[in-house]
Amino acid sequence: MNINWKWDMFFDAFPFILKGIGVTIGLTFACFLFALVFGFVWVILRRIKFKPINWLVTWTMEFIRSTPPLIQLFFIYYAWPMIPGIGVTLSSITCAILGLGIHFSTYIGEVYRSGIDSVDKGQWEASVALNYSTRQTWLKIILPQAIPPTIPMLGNYLIIMFKEVPLASTIGVVGILALAETYGAEHYRNLEAYTIVALIFLVLSYPSAILINKLERKMNRRFDKNAVMQESKGAVI
Amino acid sequence: MAELVKEMKQSITPKRGAKPIVEYKDVYKSFGEVEVLKGLNLDIFPGEKVALIGPSGSGKTTIIRMLMTLEQPTSGEIIVDGTDLWHMKKNGKTIPANEKHLREVRGDIGMVFQHFNLFPHMTILENCMTAPIQVKKESKETARERSVEMLEKVGLGDKLDNYPSQLSGGQKQRVAMARALVMRPKIMLFDEVTSALDPELVGEVLEVIRDIAEEGEMAMVLVTHEMDFALEIADRVIFLDDGVIAEQGSASEVLEESDNERLQQFLYRFRS
Amino acid sequence: MEFYFLYMGVIIINAIIEVFPVLMKGIHITITVFILSVIFGYLFAFIAGLCRLSNNIIIRSTTSFYVEIFRGTSLIVQLFWLYYAIPMLFNIGIDNRLMAGVLAISLNYGAYMSEIVRGSILAVDKGQTEASIALNLTRFQRMRLVVFPQALRMMLPEFGNYLIQMLKATSLVSLIGMTDILYHGNILRSTNLSMAPTVYLLLLVFYFIMALPLIFLTRKGEEISKRGVANG
Repeated sequence: MNINWKWDMFFDAFPFILKGIGVTIGLTFACFLFALVFGFVWVILRRIKFKPINWLVTWTMEFIRSTPPLIQLFFIYYAWPMIPGIGVTLSSITCAILGLGIHFSTYIGEVYRSGIDSVDKGQWEASVALNYSTRQTWLKIILPQAIPPTIPMLGNYLIIMFKEVPLASTIGVVGILALAETYGAEHYRNLEAYTIVALIFLVLSYPSAILINKLERKMNRRFDKNAVMQESKGAVI
Repeated sequence: MAELVKEMKQSITPKRGAKPIVEYKDVYKSFGEVEVLKGLNLDIFPGEKVALIGPSGSGKTTIIRMLMTLEQPTSGEIIVDGTDLWHMKKNGKTIPANEKHLREVRGDIGMVFQHFNLFPHMTILENCMTAPIQVKKESKETARERSVEMLEKVGLGDKLDNYPSQLSGGQKQRVAMARALVMRPKIMLFDEVTSALDPELVGEVLEVIRDIAEEGEMAMVLVTHEMDFALEIADRVIFLDDGVIAEQGSASEVLEESDNERLQQFLYRFRS
Repeated sequence: MEFYFLYMGVIIINAIIEVFPVLMKGIHITITVFILSVIFGYLFAFIAGLCRLSNNIIIRSTTSFYVEIFRGTSLIVQLFWLYYAIPMLFNIGIDNRLMAGVLAISLNYGAYMSEIVRGSILAVDKGQTEASIALNLTRFQRMRLVVFPQALRMMLPEFGNYLIQMLKATSLVSLIGMTDILYHGNILRSTNLSMAPTVYLLLLVFYFIMALPLIFLTRKGEEISKRGVANG
């Protein structure tokens, strides 16, 4: 079997496709930030005790999470403007940030929740004993403990979102994948173009994954250490 | 009374002339930098009950784990029933044993673990039946019959279809013994089998070991911290210290008459 | 307010009369891709997961290479690569969309799930292996009868989650021209843009209805898993 690979094509396509990297990475961070903020909204909504609302929020999250982000993007891009009264036409980039941001906010919300759940019950009781207000309890006691352990998990979601961002090319966001499609169509050569995209993803996401893995181990150690320190302090008292 | 016990013990002390069933010849074992065994020489005779005692880290568990092939000696030989366990002959050369050789030689050895290691996804009857069917190729009926019989013997005939998670620690350990016994081993190894149990459950497990010991046919090696129990059932007590046998003899010799200082310290800690 | 009720009414009627039958034309493609992807995805996961535990360094490193490549790049890129680039690379005229779609999804999720397989097998207590050595089971019997059944219970919840991920991923096959439900929906939208809300809402509902049994299956898996880890 002869292999049909053209290096000149590869080097010709590379700079062309690389021009899209700014959009791809920028969009990743924009979606991520959106999801980070919106994740909090889910956490707050889920804390509403009123049964029907709680049920509605839970199932809305489940709905967003278990339906394809691709169709969600199409919905925001094509369908939203057609809804009378509330519909507005948004740019592809905005649609991508909204669509992917909302989709992943449901996952991020769960990450926050697991962080909050992992804070020891005694911390709440101690806050009551010290007569902290609800606001103070959250800002000074609970969140500072709940958020740091979730950082590696959030990092993982950043990488996952980076790999989902090329979906936005389907609604016209010109990142590396869209540029590769253009190049492939113009030169009737998809092979090198798509390989370049794959390589760029690999080169960026693999080291990040290793970095986050390291961070995770470091965090684990730090928090274990804290736990041990607290224990030993407790023993002295 | 003590005199009487001592006399009785001596009368059943194995015939030293007999051929040993297990021989450790100059066995060394290191874990990384740490040398746990420093030239162990030990013979175990058919039907003999041996208790291994000693401070933690003295290598007593390692001794039986090497015999069960869970740990490989760094150097030296372990001979089981005349066959070198960890080496085999191929084209006249001695080479490290492969899995097949290990399986052939360890077939007569059974083991009970500190943490039971029952299979949590099987009922206790299945725990006992699996190995006879898979390894000894017994029919399902035979395996079942013998497993039930053995479980009844350890007092768990009414729990056949329970899962291990539904049993107490003492019951689990009795199942573990039944599971090992249905394989009809010639040598049975007990690795601190009462250490993970609540104090009130130790008795029922020792009771079963005592019953097995009284039947007499099997050689038994017990790693234990139950000194009084060792005194009662062991033909020979071996005190390990710093990777070698520091003292050995009949239970009363070792536990009552020895003037080994390290042994005295060790016993003092246990008796206080 | 009344207007919106009216609008919702239009959407629903539209959905039932016009859009629903069109989308249904693609349902068998979506379901076929999903089922095949699940079968092959689990197959790849088990093969790769076990290979990564092999003593043979060549098997181990080859599998690691596969896993890292597929986890390190994006599914949509893999799909395009398999469908557009591979035939060109080897100069072969294969134009099998189904194969490309199923392979992309199953290789991608197989890589992710192989980590779960590997992790679960490693997470089975070492004492279980020791006990089965003491009972003189063979290496294969140890894996088949003792370690694997316990590892499988640990895998269930994550496997359930990936089932839903794979279902979501089936929507991508429309991008290589497979006539699944999204493909038919897109055609309907491009002929009549005002139908877009109906089309995409209905598509989302379709996917959600397919996901529901999987959601409950996942919860079931979590229950079984919790029971399974009870101490022996």
